[in-house]
Amino acid sequence: MIIDIHFVGLVITSIMASAVPLILASCGELITERSGVLNLGVEGMMIIGAISGFALMTITGSLFIAVIGAMLGGVLISTIFAFLTQTLITNHVATGLALTIFGIGISAMIGKNFVGIPGKEFPILFESLKDTIPFLSPILFGHSIVFYFAFALPFFTNYFLKKTKIGLIVRAVGDSPDSASNQGINVKLVRYSCILYGGAMCGLAGGYLSMIYTPQWIENMTGGRGWIALALVVFSTWNPIKILIGAMIFGGLTIIQFHMQAMGVRIPVQFLTALPYIVTIVVLVIISRDSRKIRLSTPSSLGKSFYKDN
Amino acid sequence: MEEKLIKFIKRDQPSQAMFFLTPVLAILLTLITGGLIFYILGFKPFEALKFFFIVPIADMYGLSELFLKATPLCLIAIGLSFCFKSNNWNIGAEGQLTFGAIVSGGVALLFYNQEGFYILPIVILAGAIGGMLYASIPAILKTYFNTNEILVSLMLVYVSKLILDYLVVGPWSNPEGFNFPETRQFSESARLPILFEGLRIHAGIFLALAAVVASWFIFDKTYLGFQMKVSGFSLKTAKYAGYKGKKMIILVFLISGACAGLAGVGEITGPIGQLHREVSPDYGFTAIIVAFLGRLHPVGIIFSSLIVAITYLGAETAQIFMQIPKYTGQVFQGMILFFLLASDYLLFFKIKFIGFKK
Repeated sequence: MIIDIHFVGLVITSIMASAVPLILASCGELITERSGVLNLGVEGMMIIGAISGFALMTITGSLFIAVIGAMLGGVLISTIFAFLTQTLITNHVATGLALTIFGIGISAMIGKNFVGIPGKEFPILFESLKDTIPFLSPILFGHSIVFYFAFALPFFTNYFLKKTKIGLIVRAVGDSPDSASNQGINVKLVRYSCILYGGAMCGLAGGYLSMIYTPQWIENMTGGRGWIALALVVFSTWNPIKILIGAMIFGGLTIIQFHMQAMGVRIPVQFLTALPYIVTIVVLVIISRDSRKIRLSTPSSLGKSFYKDN
Repeated sequence: MEEKLIKFIKRDQPSQAMFFLTPVLAILLTLITGGLIFYILGFKPFEALKFFFIVPIADMYGLSELFLKATPLCLIAIGLSFCFKSNNWNIGAEGQLTFGAIVSGGVALLFYNQEGFYILPIVILAGAIGGMLYASIPAILKTYFNTNEILVSLMLVYVSKLILDYLVVGPWSNPEGFNFPETRQFSESARLPILFEGLRIHAGIFLALAAVVASWFIFDKTYLGFQMKVSGFSLKTAKYAGYKGKKMIILVFLISGACAGLAGVGEITGPIGQLHREVSPDYGFTAIIVAFLGRLHPVGIIFSSLIVAITYLGAETAQIFMQIPKYTGQVFQGMILFFLLASDYLLFFKIKFIGFKK
């Protein structure tokens, strides 16, 4: 059997493309969680990003404004979460769930007038180099700027957390808000910033879906990716580089499913569609089995409210 | 030096009055904000709110529909209150409902050409067992493999819906059904009786009421309920008192799975009488809001399930009469939970007016 090396390159490219929203959302959520905040609203923030981006693209015609708008949409809705959990000290889990329900509802409401409108072509970089080297060039060249940003993000995130002072502050706040506060760090401010940053990245992930990956608006188009992104953060044991690996595995599961259907493999479609969810559970079990390892890598104050009397 | 006009001061103890008042406050704030959203979208706010919250329940049929929708919400929320009170985050009730419906539907299909008084109890029991089985997965993974129950229970929702889809399209689809994605009709004996001629409300409501009474009894009258509450307040205390933490976790998941499974039974053996693709319009997720709005208390949950059920009906009515998108219902549900959580601040803090100082 001859394996067409160019074809393999194309498959890897499509896996990478489907990993992009997962990487963006997970890296955003990772920063939020590293500061001790568990935001379960990833799905809601993504879908808001998707509609904000698509709506702005249709109205203004500017892709630049649309991409910024997708991020701002995520920031805006995550502000609700930040205000509730940080200022009004509400429960993180319940507030995050409300964010997701609210986000899906409001995005469908806004998106009503945008159903069926075709998207715009998103400019790609290095288009001329696309066919130069077999196998490698489709992987490396001819993608949107968001694509390149997503694959650089885990490395930036890693550098930020490990090598910069602000990264150290974020980790300190997540691991021990009390001592951080005693050191004169404004815990609330750090957490607010991390939540809003997470919102921006989730918004961008949604915008990628509605403007680049499948350029159109469909109700509920994130289809559970936000939840898989959340699972990826646990999978990575809060290490950004491992998010990259995880996102490729999950992206791969989605893509392989299409190819298996196309090749006429006699497995029910529903089973293949369920595969990413089932694999997520299996992976979570394997990762979490070692409770000591999980305890060492989880931000110690994750999901716990911080209140300082002043 | 800057002086604040209003100051929030931490209460020594959570306020009892606010415990009951804040849900009402949350509903009022939701209505006001909802009106504002309608106004922004270009609808007349009062008319829209009327179509949303009053018109749907203005006649007997509407009231029957209200109770029909409130029944699964109440049942699931009662089950969830066991989990939430003991600090277990089961957010996959939607999946447990779906799996309960699958198992009970499968049993009902076995008896599709038979009649007999014994069929309905078996079908109901099968639904409860189905829900319990499905809820036991996150519970066992949490207790023995330390796996996050939020993510597992949620992932299983997607899986359950795909299993259902596979069954109604494939092996269980009605052989005489022209390839519609639905099963055969269940026999009369496998169906929950309709209570009033011409209305859709069915005997499932008694299952919900039974769950309300049972949960009140367990929490207020038994040592088991006390143990659950203590474990919820502080796992350390529970451990110190020698309660079996792991068994407790599995137990609350099983109870909540059984309730969700029963809700699934009600959805398929009631007016519809067959398995089809969309067994539940996200009742399992909405019930999370119902449980919180009802303060995890049986009586509170009765009221909150009725209130949240209106958002389902209202969304349909408003869509028909005013072309308001049906997703407005979800927006209202999200807002109720936001405002409820926000107004809980008043439980723990009191407002003190200080007045101007120079």
